[in-house]
Amino acid sequence: MMGGNMKGGWFRGYAIVYLLVLYAPIMLLPIFAFNDSAIVSFPLAGFTTKWFTQMAGEPTLHDALKNSLFIAVSTAVISTLLGILAARASTRFVFPAKGAIMGLIMLPLVLPEIIAAVSLLVVFLGIGIPLGLITIILGHVLVCTPFSIAILSAAFQSLDKSLEEAAYDLGETPLSTFWLIILPLVMPGIISSLLITFTISLDEFIMAFFLGGTNVTLPVYIFSQFRFPQSVPVIMALGTLLVLLSITLLAIAEYFRRRGIAKTGGKNTGGFL
Amino acid sequence: MSGNQSSGARSGSLGRSEAKSGLMLISPTAIFALLLLAAPLATIIAYSFMADGYLTIIPQFQMCNYIGTCASYEMKDGVLTAAKEYKGVFSDPLAQTLLVRSLGVSLMVTLVTVVLAFPVAYFVSFHVAPERKSLWLFLITIPFWTSYLVRVFLWKVILGYNGVINSALMGLGIINEPITALNYNVGAIITTLAHAYAPFAILPIFVALEKIDRSFLEAGQDLGESAFNTFRRVTLPLAMPGVISATLIVFIPTVGDYVTPNLVGGPEGKLVANLIQLQYMKLDNYPLGSATAVSAMLLVAVVSLIFLFLNRRYLRGPK
Repeated sequence: MMGGNMKGGWFRGYAIVYLLVLYAPIMLLPIFAFNDSAIVSFPLAGFTTKWFTQMAGEPTLHDALKNSLFIAVSTAVISTLLGILAARASTRFVFPAKGAIMGLIMLPLVLPEIIAAVSLLVVFLGIGIPLGLITIILGHVLVCTPFSIAILSAAFQSLDKSLEEAAYDLGETPLSTFWLIILPLVMPGIISSLLITFTISLDEFIMAFFLGGTNVTLPVYIFSQFRFPQSVPVIMALGTLLVLLSITLLAIAEYFRRRGIAKTGGKNTGGFL
Repeated sequence: MSGNQSSGARSGSLGRSEAKSGLMLISPTAIFALLLLAAPLATIIAYSFMADGYLTIIPQFQMCNYIGTCASYEMKDGVLTAAKEYKGVFSDPLAQTLLVRSLGVSLMVTLVTVVLAFPVAYFVSFHVAPERKSLWLFLITIPFWTSYLVRVFLWKVILGYNGVINSALMGLGIINEPITALNYNVGAIITTLAHAYAPFAILPIFVALEKIDRSFLEAGQDLGESAFNTFRRVTLPLAMPGVISATLIVFIPTVGDYVTPNLVGGPEGKLVANLIQLQYMKLDNYPLGSATAVSAMLLVAVVSLIFLFLNRRYLRGPK
């Protein structure tokens, strides 16, 4: 490792430049959010907070925010519940067609989202389910469950099976064992899953765009505003707040994910995926 | 009941009770995926072989949504009559152009993303202290989760006429007039998508590199191999499963990206997702939209399978 220092130096430089490029667009957000010009371009004008004030007085934005929060909370709860069941089943039990079933459940992770969205759309319209918040939630749960499973599998994987067996020997039922022993141990993973799925749902556009009918979520509102150049600075202000919120939620999620893995004695393999 | 469970480990019925418990536990999630993923996908495959009626789908088998010329039906005096004609996906030059362009864009994005990501994954796995690896991965993943729409839009600001790049170049006196060729073309789509999918490429490669037994590399160097040859003959082949999953995890979803071509692609940079949206939402032609979606899926599946086949020797696992 010591001998690799020189080479590590070049790689480190590259990795740092890579990170800077990765963050460059987000860095522009606050710059334009506080820029006193209706046109989002350089050179910059002066400092202003008027875009934030203007944003606060936007009634459609309030509705979009309410819709988004309702959808994101529901999505987080449902997809985490489905994720708990699937992650527990796949890490603890051997059952027929496991690969095929898990493959189907995890498919939305790679399936082009527009295909999942239009196929849900034709089914909802075909059986007469009116488009609205519920249909968006169903779409979001489909997208979020694989992420929940990926996070929770790591938590369940590292559980020591002998703890569970000890509980059975002491007369606990499978249900009470799950409730008393397993759930507390994977709780950090569950919190992490709730936060991540909430963040994904809050940011998801395609499903909300296709399955929302006339209901507007935050990303759908943002997308509609891109057509009007004069409302772009307000979107920059909104984007700044959303990015701050996402980073905060993700940092908390990462804290719980690591705590969960440490708690169950597993090895931290890094990222969420 | 609980007695059965605990003695299950000793009795011969272990396999069956395990299978039952496992299936019971996974059934809610599996049924959800069956109803909201498998059934809808089956529906659009079925629709793609049916005829387009006014606000209805007419269940008569036909291939013309894929090859040949189709007709949309309308109610006239209580009778369904063929009204408007349109071409199937593989007979329509526009659909073909968009499919080929989408495929090309995805392949370029995948190549750029994976090649640029590899050194970063390598750095984090080989040159970062174990306790700081999580922090690096966290920093790499954060931009991926934050405001996808706004990030795509910001590329417009970066590449635009009065954008960051043009102002910087003009400020430095390198150019006198803004370059218009930066934005609203396929290159802008590739840049934006490669940026958006970067973390997706880094993580699988990192995981594969982490699994490499470091003593293999020392052995290589002890036997007189140069550092470069050790990398080429030991590290890279062992990292290939990660590179392959990175490739697929970037390639497959990017083919269907809707937002990026819409915002930075300009009129000449539309991709197949825009066509699907147009056919479903604007033309209201579900059979044709379904045929386009199914064709895109098939194309992605075929290219992915060819790619997996070409790399099969890396996926066999240790001998």
